Amino acid sequence: MAKLEKIIEIESLYKSFRKGNQIIPVLQNISFDIMDGEFLALMGPSGSGKSTLLNLIAGIDKPDSGSIFVQGIDITNLDERTLSRWRSEHVGFIFQFYNLIPVLTAFENIELPLLMMNLSAKDRKEHVDFALSIVGLYDRKDHYPKQLSGGQQQRVAIARAIVTDPSIIVADEPTGDLDKKSAEDVLNLMSELNQKFGKTIIMVTHDLRAAKYAKSMKYLDKGVLINGSAEIFI
Amino acid sequence: MKLILLYSLRNLIRRKLTTLLTASGMALVILVFSAVLMLSEGLRKTLIKTGSPDNVVVIRKSAGSEVQSGIDKEQANIIEISPEISLNDRGKRLVAKELVVLIGLTKKGTDKLSNVVIRGVMEMSLPLRSQVRLKEGKMIRWGTNEIIVGSKIAENFDGVKIGSFLSFGQRQWQVVGIFDGGTTGFNSEIWADVEQLKQSFRRPTYSSIIFKLSDLKDFENLKMRLENDPRLTVEVKKEMQYYEDQSAMMTRFIKVLGVSMTIVFSIGAILGAMITMYSAVAQRKREIGTLRALGFQKVTILAAFLMESLLLSFAGCIGGLFLSSFLQFYTISTMNWQTFSELAFSFTLTPKIILQSLIFSLIMGVIGGLIPALKASSQKIVDALRTD
Ligand SMILES: Nc1ncnc2c1ncn2[C@@H]1O[C@H](COP(=O)(O)OP(=O)(O)O)[C@@H](O)[C@H]1O
Ligand SMILES: [Mg+2]
Repeated sequence: MAKLEKIIEIESLYKSFRKGNQIIPVLQNISFDIMDGEFLALMGPSGSGKSTLLNLIAGIDKPDSGSIFVQGIDITNLDERTLSRWRSEHVGFIFQFYNLIPVLTAFENIELPLLMMNLSAKDRKEHVDFALSIVGLYDRKDHYPKQLSGGQQQRVAIARAIVTDPSIIVADEPTGDLDKKSAEDVLNLMSELNQKFGKTIIMVTHDLRAAKYAKSMKYLDKGVLINGSAEIFI
Repeated sequence: MKLILLYSLRNLIRRKLTTLLTASGMALVILVFSAVLMLSEGLRKTLIKTGSPDNVVVIRKSAGSEVQSGIDKEQANIIEISPEISLNDRGKRLVAKELVVLIGLTKKGTDKLSNVVIRGVMEMSLPLRSQVRLKEGKMIRWGTNEIIVGSKIAENFDGVKIGSFLSFGQRQWQVVGIFDGGTTGFNSEIWADVEQLKQSFRRPTYSSIIFKLSDLKDFENLKMRLENDPRLTVEVKKEMQYYEDQSAMMTRFIKVLGVSMTIVFSIGAILGAMITMYSAVAQRKREIGTLRALGFQKVTILAAFLMESLLLSFAGCIGGLFLSSFLQFYTISTMNWQTFSELAFSFTLTPKIILQSLIFSLIMGVIGGLIPALKASSQKIVDALRTD
């Protein structure tokens, strides 16, 4: 399944946050690779640094030290503008609370990432329609987020994450706010994206049922990675 | 980008009440701002109309206005025989040597003194002013203490009617006629025989010499000749230009006063906009973080929030101008001014004023929106996205 090729290489990553004049170490000496086409579940107790690690990989935060190579580029060295552009081209985001823009329709929300590409309105519409058909919400495209259920909103968010055809999708607790049925729908959809479209997915979750949909797991505890033995801890 | 505009607009519509309140604040400021400009424009228009297009005014060099001017008899004699001056149908030159003095008169219903212009006139003064006509009574008999008064003077001052006496310049003057000056400043003047006025106020000089040109094309030559004549120290202006210059001083005063007042008001409106935009930024923190994560640049976020503030102030501008456009139906009839007391004029809306109001409101929008927009765009993405 996985083309045995590294897409992400993380090397001795350190990250701490400052609270007042106190420095809280959050990630310590994290090193691992992610293969192209992988579906990785990042697990661990609350506060262990899962989101922080995911944010670093997605390029919305910078580490204190260490490097993250994505397809050969060390994204920790990119400046703000370049990194923004890099994200828009390479990363799709799925959030726990969907994070759709309330004043935009489903269609417009999905269209957002395309506005940063050089596409005609017609091309954008094609892309959005395709993404909508994948998540099965074509008939809801003119609805505003508040007119949709949680599960539907998350599927719109997934359509937004894939509309630019990024190679990596990051998802932080994507089912954390959903009922069991909607959660299953979302997870099935993510599996499909991984298997059918070959997307590399990194999903933070502390729900073991959700993690079961992934192909591999990594376990974080107090900012330290416990390699390849996640099941032992659960 | 169209979607940014749509995004900003929909956010404004979503919080209707706040938007309405904030825009109303701005509308009030624009109302005051445009009203001040409309007032000064109305004044300017009225004053310019006081002049006739082919009349020329000669005053002392750098005197600025008739009130400060003084032209002695010798100079006046040279000027009044200029060949460019037009003749009336009986072959007489259409020229008048006039004197302007200011006196205090008590206004009806108050005990306050208002400044009133007394103009010493000659036979040709009336024909030179096509807008002015005698409405009641008769014309002054030359060489007497008779006076005629403008209709505004008769309306607004105690004891000014035909047959009554006014006392100034150590004499008693009898009102024999009332004239109507249309919309001009003459309505607020009292006219007397110039030679009588000179005597009673012990003025050796005239204030101005007014005449009609037989051909407007002669103006530049005439101006050049008179201003460079070594015997003369005068300034030659077209009458309309003269009144335009007169109004400039006054309208500038109104503008400076009014605009400084508006700027003080606008601080309130700007603070209102700032508070509104700050709370918008705080409420949409996670939304901003999301947009940044998706790859939108800081400047785009800045632009979106600035756009929202600008739309807000634009709405305020439209509202303010809408309200002030009703002022056009309102005529101001009392305005105490040093030389032009008791002028009647109305608020006048012009495209220039609309543009100025627009610029002013957009400046308010930028000032009110910039700091919140900067705050929105400079947040760290991870901080903006955090939910705990
Ligand atoms: N932006 C931030 N500022 C300060 N502290 C943070 C920030 N993000 C995370 N932290 C802290 O870092 C630790 C790890 O947080 P996080 O990565 O969100 O954990 P998890 O996702 O595993 O629950 C927590 O103690 C949290 O309070
Ligand atoms: Mg987390």
